[in-house]
Amino acid sequence: MYKIVGKKFLTPSIALMDVEAPRMAKSAKPGQFLIVRVHSKGERIPLTICDYDRDKGTVTIVTQVVGASSRMICHMEEGDKFTDFAGPLGQPSEFIHASREELSSKRFIFIAGGLGTAPVYPQVKYLHSMGAKIDVIIGAKNKDMVILEKEMGALCDNLYICTDDGSYGRKGLVTEMLKELLEKGEKYDQAVAIGPMIMMKFVTLTAKPYNLPLLVSLNTLMVDGTGMCGACRVTIGDEVKFACVDGPEFDAYKVDFDEAMRRQGMYKTVEKEADHKCKIGLRDEK
Amino acid sequence: MRNKIPRVPVRDQDPQERVKNFEEVCFGYNLQEAMLEASRCLGCKNPACVAACPVNIQIPNFIYQVELGNIEEAASIISKDSSLPAVCGRVCPQESQCEGACILGIKKEPVSIGKLERFVADWSRENNVKFTNREPLNGKKVAVIGSGPAGIACATDLAKLGYLVTIFEALHEPGGVLQYGIPEFRLPKEKVVKTEIDNVKALGVTIETNVIVGRTVTIDSLMDNEGFHAVFVGSGAGLPRFMGIPGENLNGVVSANEFLTRSNLMRAYDSEYETPIYVGKRVAVVGGGNVAMDAARTAQRLGAKVTIVYRRTEKELPARVEEVHHAKEEGIIFKLLTNPVAVLGDDKGWVRGITCIEMELGEPDSSGRRSPIPIKGSEFDIETDVVIMSLGTSPNPLIANTTPGLETNKWSCLVADSNGATTREGVFAGGDVVSGAATVILAMGAGRKAAAAIDTYLKNKE
Repeated sequence: MYKIVGKKFLTPSIALMDVEAPRMAKSAKPGQFLIVRVHSKGERIPLTICDYDRDKGTVTIVTQVVGASSRMICHMEEGDKFTDFAGPLGQPSEFIHASREELSSKRFIFIAGGLGTAPVYPQVKYLHSMGAKIDVIIGAKNKDMVILEKEMGALCDNLYICTDDGSYGRKGLVTEMLKELLEKGEKYDQAVAIGPMIMMKFVTLTAKPYNLPLLVSLNTLMVDGTGMCGACRVTIGDEVKFACVDGPEFDAYKVDFDEAMRRQGMYKTVEKEADHKCKIGLRDEK
Repeated sequence: MRNKIPRVPVRDQDPQERVKNFEEVCFGYNLQEAMLEASRCLGCKNPACVAACPVNIQIPNFIYQVELGNIEEAASIISKDSSLPAVCGRVCPQESQCEGACILGIKKEPVSIGKLERFVADWSRENNVKFTNREPLNGKKVAVIGSGPAGIACATDLAKLGYLVTIFEALHEPGGVLQYGIPEFRLPKEKVVKTEIDNVKALGVTIETNVIVGRTVTIDSLMDNEGFHAVFVGSGAGLPRFMGIPGENLNGVVSANEFLTRSNLMRAYDSEYETPIYVGKRVAVVGGGNVAMDAARTAQRLGAKVTIVYRRTEKELPARVEEVHHAKEEGIIFKLLTNPVAVLGDDKGWVRGITCIEMELGEPDSSGRRSPIPIKGSEFDIETDVVIMSLGTSPNPLIANTTPGLETNKWSCLVADSNGATTREGVFAGGDVVSGAATVILAMGAGRKAAAAIDTYLKNKE
């Protein structure tokens, strides 16, 4: 059992929790994810790792109420325990293999959509500690859905916030913000986009003409998360890869996003998405 | 003179009934039936059955005790060589091992050794008989990676020898393939698997779940920071193969591993669990092994009409005879000498069928089986909503990739000698991770051998 030792709501529907998991806290790296089970008859739910404290032995997760499973997680309180909490899973971000010297001369841009801000955070934190220059774009439905602004702001050089309704930051999509920066002539050595699949698809289309190296983190369906089931298979270039063990991060230009989005719907049942439907991309599609 | 009666038949659940439930198919013997069947054993002086058993259970000895009605004594004899008798009595391919070697089988039917083993194990459970004798702790720690048959067998022997053993399991339930692979109707999880694992824990073995070795910890960290003196890797062969044919990523194509994990480990068949599973109206299972039979029979129970597509003939089916027999009884259709060449999708990206080609058998290949050759122009379509790929599995490269000095071969199996010693000092391995996908009992045999080798290695090191 894995105890929740801290919980706070970042927004009315997004909760952050620190969970006691000493082994995972010791080995977690940026880019990795974990799997939780809320009770003994529950599903194995993949979640991104938002932070980890090796000394305290805790791992931080951020969840938003979008369906039955995530609602159950959000309703857990400090002192409650997860039945299972397994990880870290997946390959760490590639940049952890680079030296401080290399990273300190590099400039990164992160494009975070909604809850995707959570997994971006440990990457930005790590790169900041290595002396890299970092810009971050956070996109959200409205002011209430923007998370980790202060934390992120403290680590990056420029933080750009966009909201669908213009209630905070600039009104518009992350793709428009990215395009504006690239048009202005901003140069980045590496871009990383994490968010809903549709957002990552359109960030990829936006970045392509600028030859901006871009990685995306794929949140596919998974059962075990260790390479056993193949539910997470994605087409990368002309190869089939397992997002859980070969990823979750892949070269964005090689990802077959349409297939990946279709496969996400494999077990779509009666469970309804919450009120927020990510609208990004829809405008461009028309 | 031995009893010359025919083999005592075992009672099964009626096929018409059992396709509607996940209860165990085979009821097993009762005491009377078991004693009667035991009276058929010739008690050979040089028993071929013992030599043919991968863990060398003293078969005639335990059967003699069954004949006398001394079931506890029979259980004690089995427990010296096997830690999972209730499992092995159910899932071993006895026809090619103990029973295949039985002298009675030359002219008549062999002794029903598997069913007798199962009876003894079930009786022990029902009567709460446990064998927890072990040497006092010797101060040495061994880590076992994987709680499947290989790891369980290795941990049991080491614990009995006085080692402090911790098993690390990646999933949330211990048991490995017994938990995620073999269905409830063949191997009940609560009744059989959990009980046998509890017996291992009763020997003082600790099982830590949710630890993915290679990610959560590494072999190096276990040995350098956690004080384990030796490591046994029994992580199995969990990586599913796909065919590489067009349409394989359509919605509705799943690996047998995914399908069975959802149903077995995650209990998708039980509405109290949250796990989703999809079978549609028709399911095609590609492959002919035990896993293919398990997937087919599971899908049938979930309400689909199931066809098994296999590229050779019935004679070459790698599945146990009993499983094929049960599958047929349950109404599974076998489409033999048939191989898929493409999966067909509808306009929404869901499976609507498979295009297959007819095959004929050519010359024997390196495995000794006649190799299937496609017949030109014989393509035809089978309509189906779901395709389950059951083409075999290979070891997960995670441990090899994160352990310096641990070599693998071209099938990504760990390289190990006949005692399980790998290319890395202090690290031993056995079961599917070394042999590639095989059987429960072969993995157990390898686990036992490695336990003996670890004991020798650690004693010599002193």
